[in-house]
Amino acid sequence: MATTEEPMTEPTKGGPVRKRLIGGPGILLVWLYGVMVVGAVSRSAVQISTEFGHAPLAYSLSAVAGVVYGFITYSLVRGGETARRAALACCAGELVGVLVVGTWTLVEPSAFPDSTVWSDYGMGYLFIPVLLPVSAMYWLRKARAPQGDRAQIG
Amino acid sequence: MLDALTVATAVAALALAAWCGWAASRDQPTKDWHFIGMGVVTLLTVVQLVVGIVQLARGEKPEQGTTIFVAYLLGALACVPVTGFMSLAERTRWGSATVAAGGVVLAVLEVRLYDIWGG
Repeated sequence: MATTEEPMTEPTKGGPVRKRLIGGPGILLVWLYGVMVVGAVSRSAVQISTEFGHAPLAYSLSAVAGVVYGFITYSLVRGGETARRAALACCAGELVGVLVVGTWTLVEPSAFPDSTVWSDYGMGYLFIPVLLPVSAMYWLRKARAPQGDRAQIG
Repeated sequence: MLDALTVATAVAALALAAWCGWAASRDQPTKDWHFIGMGVVTLLTVVQLVVGIVQLARGEKPEQGTTIFVAYLLGALACVPVTGFMSLAERTRWGSATVAAGGVVLAVLEVRLYDIWGG
């Protein structure tokens, strides 16, 4: 993982220094999101390639979750205000997704012959899928403070 | 052999998680001793990967499929070193917290490996 590189502290061409989003608690978020990316993407890749017909809805939802996680991870590592807003929007979408799919699996289990990453609010993943967007949104809102955010948290 | 190794790795991973979690709670970054601990846990996962591949080469079949088994072995191997490098980049308590989270994730992977092998 290239998170040890620090391109975001270097001034980019024709632009100001990008705001670092992976300082302090951000690094923990990157790790957890990274784990969820690997988990959701590899899981859905195996399931879609070997037994897609068994539970197409569940496997597609896992793949979508993997893509969303991937985008949030990339945004966090990239840093900057645009990335922060994009990540914030995706985290909101992720939270809605977890809540909708979690409720859906409880209300109508027959639609899901096999579970997804978001089944039962992510119980199979220690509820990380439902806790992660909440903590990430908290962190991303806090990171908006123009200066001194590193000093406060470090 | 593999089952014993899986249990040992899971226990070591949890111990590492507790140790680094303790450092994080005391507002400390990871230190040399923590990296030695990470090295020990990583060594266990390397041995596990080798033993796992030898078992496969001998013709034994994991209960839930060879692909998933090997994927989990590689994931278990990568888990702690990745968090170690992240803690080098983040020299605060949050680096320690990340390694602690890595230990917990590794322990979960070991539980899954146990099931996948069919122990």
